[in-house]
Amino acid sequence: MLRFVGRRLWEGTLTLAALVTLTFFVMRLAPGGPFSKNRKISPEVLEHIKAAFHLDEPVWQQFARYVWGLLHFDFGPSTRFRDYSVGDLIASGLPYSLTIGFWAIVVAAMVGVALGIAGALRRNTPTDYVAGILGVVGIAVPIFVIGPLFQVVFALKLNWLPVGGSDQGWRSLVMPVLVLSLPNIAYISRLTRGSMIETMRENYVRTARAKGIGARRTLMKHTLKGALLPVIAYLGPSTAGIITGSILIETVFAVPGIGRHFVDAALNRDYPLVMGITLLYGALLIVFNILTDLVRGWLDPRARGNG
Amino acid sequence: MVDITPRSLSTFQLQLRRFAQNRLAMISVALLALIAASCFFGPFAFPFTGEDADFDFIGAPIDLASPHPFGTDDFGRDLLLRVLEGGRISLAIGFLGAITAGFIGVLYGAVAGYAGGRTDRLMMRMVEILYGFPYVILVILLSLLFGGGNVALFAAIVFTLWLTPAVIVRAQAQSLSKREFVEAARAGGMTPWQIVLEHIVPNCASVVIVYGSLLVPEVILSESFLSFLGIGIKEPQASWGNLIQTGTAAMDTDLRLLLLPGILLALVLFCLNFIADGLRDAFDPNDR
Repeated sequence: MLRFVGRRLWEGTLTLAALVTLTFFVMRLAPGGPFSKNRKISPEVLEHIKAAFHLDEPVWQQFARYVWGLLHFDFGPSTRFRDYSVGDLIASGLPYSLTIGFWAIVVAAMVGVALGIAGALRRNTPTDYVAGILGVVGIAVPIFVIGPLFQVVFALKLNWLPVGGSDQGWRSLVMPVLVLSLPNIAYISRLTRGSMIETMRENYVRTARAKGIGARRTLMKHTLKGALLPVIAYLGPSTAGIITGSILIETVFAVPGIGRHFVDAALNRDYPLVMGITLLYGALLIVFNILTDLVRGWLDPRARGNG
Repeated sequence: MVDITPRSLSTFQLQLRRFAQNRLAMISVALLALIAASCFFGPFAFPFTGEDADFDFIGAPIDLASPHPFGTDDFGRDLLLRVLEGGRISLAIGFLGAITAGFIGVLYGAVAGYAGGRTDRLMMRMVEILYGFPYVILVILLSLLFGGGNVALFAAIVFTLWLTPAVIVRAQAQSLSKREFVEAARAGGMTPWQIVLEHIVPNCASVVIVYGSLLVPEVILSESFLSFLGIGIKEPQASWGNLIQTGTAAMDTDLRLLLLPGILLALVLFCLNFIADGLRDAFDPNDR
């Protein structure tokens, strides 16, 4: 177990190292620079600015400087937001992104599993069809279409919720969380339904029923435990989807999170900010995948060891 | 005596027949064909292009009798025409991207799976590392690297989407490489490349069809997603992503700009998902 975590962490570190290297050089190779969009400034001033950010050094030297900084947990200064370090910007945006992402996963898991179970228990009834339709809609309609539609209906027409922003507490969280969880509700309900139907045919479930255990207890204690394994396995990789989604959600709902920061930074060639957020996303992805595997191993002895 | 043998059907024909019996999938194929045809040929029916501004009709509403049946945008450009032109780009990138990514993935996976040993470990290691990357970030960075534009967008999307087919085909190729007919081919003196191309790849066909069909909506979604963020296809060229973005900006006054491209994109994605489901039911023996 400890060895497993250690190995996965080591592999994760290698992945992160590759990610940092690739991102660094891709950013530098991309046309344009952090100051190419500025108002016209004299060449001497530009030289001074570049020197201040060490952009006048050879690329490999900049890379070495960056990696050295990373080893000291220093992500460098932002080239766009003067006087802010990348660490400050991430620290200011991360709480918004994490809150939305966390609740979106919670809502998706709860609603998705409930819908999946309902569909599996009442196969080919209206309940099943409604769950199925919701599943297809969630997968097929992109969140940047659903999001604006929600804004029109719930904010502009009905006036129930704010259009966007983050200044109204939980009220401004409702729509982003709901929209972000929709595709995942769809996937999870499909997954749960399929694996519930499969598990209900398993011998151990039949045995439990044959022993005289009630239907409800069999469902809670035996069927669900087996049926939820694929769902849990999906939660790790779904982090990647949540990251993608949160970039869109933050754009649509004007949330000052790191997803929006990332897009702006990439468009403005804010090298250090792009690097910092990339690294953070990569690390999140790796940690969640390891956690998922651990939970799976804990629930299912067959998944241990070969993970 | 006349020899009457029942016409034997190949597995592939059986699978196609099974697919044809799936009503939802067939409706989707028809609808998708209709949308694709109108996107590719529809624009020729207009006397103007999607980038021509008509100053007599600026922000015109839906009026079926006017020269602009679905109205115009703030610049007086015909909305219906722009949506069709956007669809042309989205669909073209979607299908070409899926085919290219599938092609690279299949070849990579087949070589890794057949070669086995150290080559396989090294090749799969690389895939694993790339898998560890946050996908969006990679697409965004790559489309920046290639300097924007359609080709850049295409390359960035393909570069990130060939991984899944590679992994799937590799697993298939690994089990195929131990089968008798491959051994026979080797004994018969075929070179490894010949074996990969003539025996491994064709035998992966059904897996590739199933997963390839899932790639198409994924590519289309990536394209529109990037264009929506302002990184992909840029104005004045239309794409569903940037049309939806424009529509979002004007949604409190004029929903039409959001709804028309949004509904069309959703319809296409619906169809593609139903087709992929149908193909999986028809081709994937594990799911029966």
